[in-house]
Amino acid sequence: MAINVTRRQFFKLGGAGLASSSLAMMGFAPEPAEASIRQFKLTHAKETRNTCTYCSVGCGILIYSKGDGSKNVEQNVFHIEGDPDHPVSRGSLCPKGAGLLDFVHSKGRLAYPQVREAGSDEWKRISWDEALGRIARHMKDDRDANFVQRNAQGQTVNHWTTTGFLAASGSSNEAGYITHKVVRNLGMVAFDNQARV
Amino acid sequence: MINSQNIIARSATTTEPPQVRSHVEEVAKLIDVSKCIGCKACQVACMEWNDLRDDVGECHGTYDNPTDLTAESWTVMRFSEHESADGNLEWLIRKDGCMHCAEPGCLKACPAPGAIVQYANGIVDFDSNHCIGCGYCITGCPFDIPRISPKDQKSYKCTLCSDRVNAGMEPACVKTCPTNCIEFGTKTDMLARAEKRVGDLKALGFRDAGIYDPAGVGGTHVMYVLHHADDPNRYSGLPKDPRISPLVGAWKGVTKPIMSAIIGITAFAGVIHYMTKGPKEEPEDSPEEEHRATRDGGVPPASLGYDATRRRPGAGRNADDRPQGEDR
Repeated sequence: MAINVTRRQFFKLGGAGLASSSLAMMGFAPEPAEASIRQFKLTHAKETRNTCTYCSVGCGILIYSKGDGSKNVEQNVFHIEGDPDHPVSRGSLCPKGAGLLDFVHSKGRLAYPQVREAGSDEWKRISWDEALGRIARHMKDDRDANFVQRNAQGQTVNHWTTTGFLAASGSSNEAGYITHKVVRNLGMVAFDNQARV
Repeated sequence: MINSQNIIARSATTTEPPQVRSHVEEVAKLIDVSKCIGCKACQVACMEWNDLRDDVGECHGTYDNPTDLTAESWTVMRFSEHESADGNLEWLIRKDGCMHCAEPGCLKACPAPGAIVQYANGIVDFDSNHCIGCGYCITGCPFDIPRISPKDQKSYKCTLCSDRVNAGMEPACVKTCPTNCIEFGTKTDMLARAEKRVGDLKALGFRDAGIYDPAGVGGTHVMYVLHHADDPNRYSGLPKDPRISPLVGAWKGVTKPIMSAIIGITAFAGVIHYMTKGPKEEPEDSPEEEHRATRDGGVPPASLGYDATRRRPGAGRNADDRPQGEDR
């Protein structure tokens, strides 16, 4: 196809194009209609109440995840902030709590039970069933071997001094009460909590 | 929900924004520096909410981290040690960030239409989609707040979480603050709280305690309670009497109208010239060339466009086809 454009015409066309695009650059162009400058990102996100995982203050948190929980949706946590209805923190969070989102998605986060067998230098992934079974076995064996019913004076003490227990600080009152009952019922003496950290 | 209808000022836009909604309450953030412990929860909450992650910094011998505002750190804690005349060491911690001025210098200086807007509730917001990265907002800001990102050459600063406030919530930094140092509410309520707190501080012996709500920028929607309001400079260089740089006024008030007038006059003169003299008469390209070429005794040139009839059989289009002196 023959395109008859002289050099002069070419410059005219180019000039017109440059001028119109420059005008657009300077703002003489139709504006797209905007509903708002910034959209609120939590609308219809699923909101879940929980307790901050870090220290013993146990601040309340609200976890926001994408999707409404339908069966075809894989939930993904995308925002965490303080729970204003929580009596302890009333919505506030310290810098660690305020950054919980990156804790949830941290690559270094322990997501499943692991065991390092005696003599091995490798951590091996095991199932929760296996982990809980092994822990129960170890506790039972140690308790059977070392449980003290009576002390030297013949007084009943029901001590089990060779195993200790560390409990989570983020537990609720009720969870803490039950943990305490279980541990003391076994006769365990060394019982502490991350609250001391 | 704030939408574009609630924008009362828009950068580089001459169309008057809607002004009739007189019952939008102005909001304000009150920062009581005497209660701040410098925990930086506000910095973390800000980044989390706004989907920002600044680079991991280095220790520079102070608690400041990062040491300055960046395009990804819209608020930073500034720590300063001050020794008073009686030998007392004071550790002053100030949360730095956008003050959301009633008369925003950034908005006045901005040449990109719609890149900076001011809402009826007082929030000054950046719309990065319209930002051209010129940096005039930094020149215009009396507090040196906006920062241009080296990644996309766009300007960023605190939005006072305008999206949260629009939805009826408080800014992320306010919510997270564990020591009740940052508070949020209507500007009237915050001023009342600030006055009460100033009274408390005075009773505690801080005679110069006061509210920082500088009139030079029409008041701000982020206010401080300072224990030494007589010398705000002590708090890592908070300006005592901030004002918009006169350069901004000169650019918008003098230079721009004059330049616009010159452009207008030029266009007007062009129209008048067209009406009196008519369009410029140009000789047709090809006949002129042909005429000159034949006169010079050369081969009549093909026009620059492809023309099969002019093509001699067997001859390629090369420099020999064109006569000397016709190298256009």
